[in-house]
Amino acid sequence: MSDLPNRKPETGAFFARDREWHAPAFTPGYKTSVLRSPQRALLSLDGTISEITGPVFGHSTIGELDNDLIHNFAKPGESAIGERIVVHGRVLDERGRAVPGALVEFWQANAGGRYRHKKETYLAAIDPNFGGCGRSITDEDGHYAFRTVRPGAYPWPNGVNDWRPAHIHFSIFGHGFAQRLITQMYFEGDPMIWKCPIVGTIPDRRAIEQLIAALDWGNTIPMDARAYKFDIVLRGRRSTMFENRPEGN
Amino acid sequence: MVQQLGYLKETPSQTAGPYVHIGLTPNVCDINGVYKTDLGTVMVNDKTLGERISVSGRVFDGAGALVRDAVIEIWQADSVGLYNSPSEMRGMADPNFSGWGRCATRADDGVFLFDTIKPGRVPFKDGRKMAPHITFWIVARGINIGLHTRMYFPDETEANKTDPLLLRIEHKERVDTLMATREGSTYTFDIRLQGDRETVFLDI
Repeated sequence: MSDLPNRKPETGAFFARDREWHAPAFTPGYKTSVLRSPQRALLSLDGTISEITGPVFGHSTIGELDNDLIHNFAKPGESAIGERIVVHGRVLDERGRAVPGALVEFWQANAGGRYRHKKETYLAAIDPNFGGCGRSITDEDGHYAFRTVRPGAYPWPNGVNDWRPAHIHFSIFGHGFAQRLITQMYFEGDPMIWKCPIVGTIPDRRAIEQLIAALDWGNTIPMDARAYKFDIVLRGRRSTMFENRPEGN
Repeated sequence: MVQQLGYLKETPSQTAGPYVHIGLTPNVCDINGVYKTDLGTVMVNDKTLGERISVSGRVFDGAGALVRDAVIEIWQADSVGLYNSPSEMRGMADPNFSGWGRCATRADDGVFLFDTIKPGRVPFKDGRKMAPHITFWIVARGINIGLHTRMYFPDETEANKTDPLLLRIEHKERVDTLMATREGSTYTFDIRLQGDRETVFLDI
């Protein structure tokens, strides 16, 4: 699966996850979490080889238009409707090191806030030229990029009048299965962010701010697309210099 | 003042939401033509070594209702206990086995299904062998951070008795929540998110 270049092999266990920084499982303001949150304590264990390892995907996994949501579902010669944007950033670990070869997958609603999904019943129209999924693999510097249209806000059945802020869902693979992460990216300046019960599951305002992409004027392409920058931080790895592992890893 | 450690904070998790299939299994939700196939649907080929098995199950919420909008990922060693990962230092894993699978629970009956092989044993940190197991990761609407757990094999009685993780479970009656049931070559592993017989989830 892997076509990573030669690097020092990574065999250290990951930093323990700061579960005060992440949302707790039980967050009643987000109603679905009430019956889908474990009540027993998690069983804590330092990472074993089963979590330190993880799948790594080759660049051959990625098709030519996988990082272009404006065109990857559109009919030939046509394109998706909406505000054209480029979203880019780096995948780093907690030690600030680039994570090359990371698979980043993303999905989103169209410009009107409508998802292409059979369970979705929102009355905003489907865009015949927009599917809503894409993916990219980070380069040697941990960098990824994709083109899309800015998604719209949409209502959802939680409170009587709850609306999701404009957002793009992200799924990221690092180099170990313990780094597996799914999150959501929001847009700088969106007042909806601070009204959202899903955003509100995260207790620390600084953690929420880590999910807000900045308008990146420097990378905005004149007469084409504005740019947003969204960096992602995965769990860091301990150094292995004092590890005690008789069998290889 | 002391020196700054300079570590970054991990990006906080958010729920995968009800439309996770658009991104992770688009062909399952009728977004066809963007990706030829969904990643993680095929783990084995004709040349894969080891005993062929199917791993199937369902996910239940705290009211006993089926969770029909989950996505499950599994990660496991090959038949001799090697992981197909750049961090695997003990040898070269079977190149015909990915070790990683992804499956959405079906919208009608909530079932997930993987065609895979039975994994070999891998060592714990101190060199003791762990019992054969498959690592699970579960995301869905209502789950704020992906849930890690493991499936163990009921026909590995001796290995299970000395497995370092299973030994760490304080309430012994909960060990059974990580044990699949077997019928022929199919192992069934149901996951209970909350309440009665709640599955043991890991902070790992």
